[in-house]
Amino acid sequence: MSGSADTASVGATKAEFPEVPFAILNADGSCDPEYRELIDDADVVRVLQTLWLNRVIDQRFLKLQRQGRLGFYMTSTGEEATTIGAAYCLRDDDPIFLTYRELGALLWRGVPLEMLMNQLIGNGQDVNKGRQMPIHFCFRDWAVPSISSPVGTQLPHACGFGYASRLRGTAQVPLAFLGEGTASQGDFHTALNFAGVFRTPCVFVIRNNGYAISTPESQQTASESLAIRASGYGFPGIRIDGNDFLAVINAMGQAVERARGGGGPTLVEALTYRIGAHSTADDPSVYRSADEPERWRALDPLERLTAHARWRGLFSEEDERAWRESCEARISALVTACEAWPPPPLETLFQDVLRDPGLQLRRQRDRYLAYLRVREPDAHEVP
Amino acid sequence: MSESKSMNMIGALNQALDLYLERETNAVILGEDVGHFGGVFRVTAGLQEKYGVERVMDAPLAEAGIAGMAVGMALGGLEPIIEIQFADFIFPAIDQIVNELAKYRYRSGAQYAPKVVVRTPYGGGIRGGHYHSQSPEAHFVHTPGLRVVFPSNPYMAKGLLLAALECPDPVIFFEPKRIYRASQGDVPLEYYTVPLDRAWTMRHGEDATLVAWGAMVPICLEAAALAEGEGYDIEVIDLASLAPYDSATVERSVTRTGRLLVVHEAPQTCGFGAELVAGVQDVVFPYLEAPLRRLGGFDTPFPYTLESHYMPSADRILFELRELIDY
Repeated sequence: MSGSADTASVGATKAEFPEVPFAILNADGSCDPEYRELIDDADVVRVLQTLWLNRVIDQRFLKLQRQGRLGFYMTSTGEEATTIGAAYCLRDDDPIFLTYRELGALLWRGVPLEMLMNQLIGNGQDVNKGRQMPIHFCFRDWAVPSISSPVGTQLPHACGFGYASRLRGTAQVPLAFLGEGTASQGDFHTALNFAGVFRTPCVFVIRNNGYAISTPESQQTASESLAIRASGYGFPGIRIDGNDFLAVINAMGQAVERARGGGGPTLVEALTYRIGAHSTADDPSVYRSADEPERWRALDPLERLTAHARWRGLFSEEDERAWRESCEARISALVTACEAWPPPPLETLFQDVLRDPGLQLRRQRDRYLAYLRVREPDAHEVP
Repeated sequence: MSESKSMNMIGALNQALDLYLERETNAVILGEDVGHFGGVFRVTAGLQEKYGVERVMDAPLAEAGIAGMAVGMALGGLEPIIEIQFADFIFPAIDQIVNELAKYRYRSGAQYAPKVVVRTPYGGGIRGGHYHSQSPEAHFVHTPGLRVVFPSNPYMAKGLLLAALECPDPVIFFEPKRIYRASQGDVPLEYYTVPLDRAWTMRHGEDATLVAWGAMVPICLEAAALAEGEGYDIEVIDLASLAPYDSATVERSVTRTGRLLVVHEAPQTCGFGAELVAGVQDVVFPYLEAPLRRLGGFDTPFPYTLESHYMPSADRILFELRELIDY
């Protein structure tokens, strides 16, 4: 391994990744015929349906949170071309290391809506046993590891998983999402550096949506782009229009293929915009003008993919209306059903810290149960 | 009967790693200088040569990256064993250890349970100053989701490390570097484990109980031998596992002796001794002949020139014991 940083090797690294266009979709929804083959008609419809489902869930859960029926929620409105498009390029067993704004990736992967709802509500049916805030998903059967709130911690995990995949010969390619703010974290640097050194199969996707809560990108980095940082780690970085579904799957498809073929990691910076607030605890009117999100609505990935579908003669206004209504009905029915489940049993509070609870935790649990026996004699089954 | 051989703790730890890598092909070692060089303390010597660069890896110099990559490796089906070169350097990795490794099983509803063993040399007495001497165990004991283990001699080192490697839980394995070479003993050459989360009575006695772990165990045994010369009969317990810890063994002992002195190197305030005396007093309170007492390091950064004043010594332990016995 050479320690030199000569420009030729940086140049060679850049050349490893084929030139990809920043954007593919034209304003009228058309595209160059060579890119039409990136996705067939049936998938265009499925993606649009997933995007609509994503919007309906976001709107519905935002309302539930405002009604006090949900502790917290985070929408991904405006960023779905990136989240769905990146997942679109994966094999079903490729792990997706998520942050808290990629519901679309889970919907595309096919995680059942009921399982998502159970997590958001934190009821006793949640496979995560109601242990995390809404949006902090984990669905192992769908190759979705656990989301945590400290940002960037998932990046070295993706690198390590890629290493394991290569050593064990499973050919899985981990995908890790991050926001542009997270590119300021130490874990971003260490993960990309380790991925470069060990040439691990993995793809890092930055959703550059302009803001980390209130802080604009200009306060995160003095670099002209985030994508160019990849050359400092010895692998390619590319920047694309993250609201252009075809541009996303074109770049992502090549990055995933490259990783699976032993070519190593790729950094993809997808330029997009967070139309909504950071979370239900945020008020964006304090830090950005009202017309800014409106300007971005013109670049809404849903509008653009819809225009593309119409250009192909797909997904008419009538199809759209029918699908949206069916989504709304499905979600309403599911929310009612999922809200009816009881919370996780008390005993789960004390489980899964280690495989078996240690002596100290057993004593704490027993003391708490002794208290409950006095305070609420009939409420809890004592195991 | 199995063959055994006299060796130091480094040899015993190296054997444990060798046996485990041989048995479990998904086990890998990652750390700074652990590969070709065999580790700055030589604990991984010869392993890269035997198991290859893919399984015994020199990592870039970034503890957070080592810990974070290990979590991902474990999620991907490997059994990473990482070395943090000195426990003093574990702090850059603390987010990955505390917020990720420790919480993963719980927060995922046990869908995932990444198993990582973090080996790290700790402790003073080697003239290492602030940054090659600390004993940061309390941080990790205070983090639900981790096991914290300390060997005190070569036999325990090999058996506890193999048990840690087999254990489905993440383990922080603190190695007492001061006695890496000084501690010598007979170690079976075969594969064996020493159970985790139980304490070991190293010496029986009736007048007072000393509890310690790691490098303070031999110091306490030395103090007990000195006390014997003064007519005191001291029990010495090697706690070995601090999380979870075997308070039952300590409680049984103190119920008999009526006196407890906990000895550790870490700063006394909020050190593990504080937990131990609070944890056992609930049970031993009616049997006490003297206050429960701790002897820890001072609440100062670890010193350099005056290190010998900082480290609990056999003579200071004896001084405290006399006061407790005459209370």
